[in-house]
Amino acid sequence: MIHRAIGALDERLGAANPLKRTLRYVFPDHWTFMLGEIAMYCFAILVITGIFLTFWYVPSDAKLHYTGSYVPLQGTSMSESFASVMHISFDVPAGLLIRQTHHWAADVFIVAIVLHLVRILLTGAYRKPRELNYWLGVTMLGLAILEGFLGYSLVDDLLSGMGLAIAYGVAMSVPFVGGQFAFLVWNGEFPGTSSFFPRLEILHVFLIPMAIATLLALHLAQVVRQHHTQFPEEGSERVVRGTPTWPGYALRSIGLFLVVAGVLFLLGGLVQINPIWEWGPYAPYLSTNGAQPDWYVGWLIGALRLMPPLEIVIGGYTVVPSPFWGGALFPGIVFGVLYFWPALARRLHLDDRRKHNLLDRPRDNPKRTAIVVAFLVWVFTVFAAGATDRFYFRSFISYEGQVWFFRAFALLVPILVYFVTKRVCEELRAREEHPLRGWSGSLIERNQAQGFKKIVDRSDRSH
Amino acid sequence: MTLGGLFSRAVAALGGLSGLRRRQGELHQISGPASRKFDAVRSEEEARREDGRARLAEHVPPPELDETSDPRAELVVALLLIAAAVAFAGFVVFYVVSEDTQLLGFCIGLGLVLAGVASALAGKRVVIQEKSTEEYKDYGDREEQIQVEDHLVEGKVGVTRRKLLFSSLAAVGAALGAAAVMPIASLGPRVGEKVYETPWSAGKKVVDETGKPITLDTLSAGEFITGFPAGASKDDIGSPLVIVRLETDELELPADRAESAPAGYVAYSKICTHAGCAVSLFRYPTFDETQPGPALVCPCHYSTFNPADGGKVLFGPAGRPLPQLPLRVGAGGVLEAAGGFYEPIGPSYGGIREAPGEQPL
Repeated sequence: MIHRAIGALDERLGAANPLKRTLRYVFPDHWTFMLGEIAMYCFAILVITGIFLTFWYVPSDAKLHYTGSYVPLQGTSMSESFASVMHISFDVPAGLLIRQTHHWAADVFIVAIVLHLVRILLTGAYRKPRELNYWLGVTMLGLAILEGFLGYSLVDDLLSGMGLAIAYGVAMSVPFVGGQFAFLVWNGEFPGTSSFFPRLEILHVFLIPMAIATLLALHLAQVVRQHHTQFPEEGSERVVRGTPTWPGYALRSIGLFLVVAGVLFLLGGLVQINPIWEWGPYAPYLSTNGAQPDWYVGWLIGALRLMPPLEIVIGGYTVVPSPFWGGALFPGIVFGVLYFWPALARRLHLDDRRKHNLLDRPRDNPKRTAIVVAFLVWVFTVFAAGATDRFYFRSFISYEGQVWFFRAFALLVPILVYFVTKRVCEELRAREEHPLRGWSGSLIERNQAQGFKKIVDRSDRSH
Repeated sequence: MTLGGLFSRAVAALGGLSGLRRRQGELHQISGPASRKFDAVRSEEEARREDGRARLAEHVPPPELDETSDPRAELVVALLLIAAAVAFAGFVVFYVVSEDTQLLGFCIGLGLVLAGVASALAGKRVVIQEKSTEEYKDYGDREEQIQVEDHLVEGKVGVTRRKLLFSSLAAVGAALGAAAVMPIASLGPRVGEKVYETPWSAGKKVVDETGKPITLDTLSAGEFITGFPAGASKDDIGSPLVIVRLETDELELPADRAESAPAGYVAYSKICTHAGCAVSLFRYPTFDETQPGPALVCPCHYSTFNPADGGKVLFGPAGRPLPQLPLRVGAGGVLEAAGGFYEPIGPSYGGIREAPGEQPL
């Protein structure tokens, strides 16, 4: 059977050689190399569950009175969008499972991308010859965040409406072009016209996923063409060493896909996420306290909350309204730094201009590691500031006090973190010590007979 | 075992799902082409080192091949697969019988996890364990680059009026580009004066969410309510008001707004001037001596406005006051607008919207 199939394919397409090379393709092993894989598998689950959801979702702001089986909202006036998601949640068999799994998959997807990015930054994997792939990855992160935001905005529940109101406010705040841009997106003043939700839907279910899928294919093609980077224990700058695709690696990777899918379905089935029926439908005059977006938008909420009321007003015209700083400039800076990082790191003499196939351990480049960690701490401090209101309700620290604390924290702590991280890396490098596993290596002693005797052997703990 | 040791084991388990103890099999080196290739790599390396160019240690551990079989692992994999099949079958059964989200999710999730562990375990224990090597390709062939360049340059061979042609091409490119982006303008109306328009004007009656008129008896001091213009759409962001009633001696309105708050009723646009959320929180002191004064708070970014003083910003990111709507009392004690908002409503608008207090609209 296999014999005949291979014969048939090879005679027609010359498939034997590429197949052979694919089966023998070498994957270096390290647990951090799985983060990108996890992201990819989350994307697959998002597509599969998302297709199911498109069969039910209705992108419409037309009002109707809810008649579904969730009793507390029966008779409530709501948009068709919200009603269709209520229908998925309560009246479509397995609908709530698929919807919640989709939502969880989106959250895990972006966690995996961010951790993957952190690994790339800390190990210098973005260096020549892999800058192109790094930029593709950063672009996919941006698209994934936008895609997630559009996804929960489609529902038209109270939370998604509040999120869209803020998005409109931020769009309006961009100097000179923002007002017109917002009017083009919403087809007029917020909350927009009946064409707005169909636009959101086509972006969320087709344009952005297709863009991500295309970039993902290019991302993988480049990995295949250049081979994956690896740590120096296994290979060298010129030779990659690892497990061939078939049989070992393929089985393990399929296993990872199934486990990721399984965990997402367990979360989707057992752990409630975005209970829209508790928030109810949205109207522009409604809002609620304790509203938190999905985690990957938290850094923007935090930035908007931390920013003092700074507006640039010239001659009676507001040129730069306040939401611009936190909602547009801050993410602009973060993504700007990410895009320019390979060039910036060279300019700061953190990296050289040579090609690198071997990864650095974070400690091998203390300055780079320190800058990356300080940058991450800065972004995540702002992220944490997005939760000040929740903390306020659980503590006696005043909201204003917390905001002032976080303002100072976001400015000062990254500097402190830079010096601490640099010092820790230098120490680890000097002592060749692992932060968790301790020292590894061997101590030898020369004896009388001019021979050597191992007195301590902990070399097996290096990997 | 130390905490660090535990962590490293957990990490190792994650890395290869190798929580089980690695079996003691004999490792033998691959013979044949692979090792020959490897030797070739090594000798090249030595040549490079002699060149004095190799700066990094180029030691690569030898390829490994482990073909010993592990019947116990095979049994475990089979059991895991059977358990996964049971879980998937459970999904089918529950789908027909109960449609319970938790049971469905538990079955499908458990089945997938079990199948995944089986697959990973098979990859680690059942099939041959192999470590092989491949070379990193060092791209960048100067000769081919020059050939590509030559082929491209061939395009202009025999073309005499190159400048003219390129200028024309640039012109058509620019014009086509402009024509291609124009339809973007069809996506929405011009901003124009739309952002300044609201349904409010002098004499417009104020009603509550159900359409009932709001009268002087609706609120006591320290209470608040959402109001709308009678007969207008509630979804227009120019419509909703947050109306609070304060003690008249609490009011600190500017002199030119002295008449805007009959009996302590003071009305503001409910749409936050920061990012457009509904200002739906009202803080009112229950003990004047120690508690901060009344405030309207937006729950999105906690912009805090002073309802006693024309909506001035007390704290938070909003850059301008909450726009106030002057009220008056109409027939039958019904509240109605005494005019339009004092300031433009809605989130601030980069480049166009006027600054606060410039002119009442």
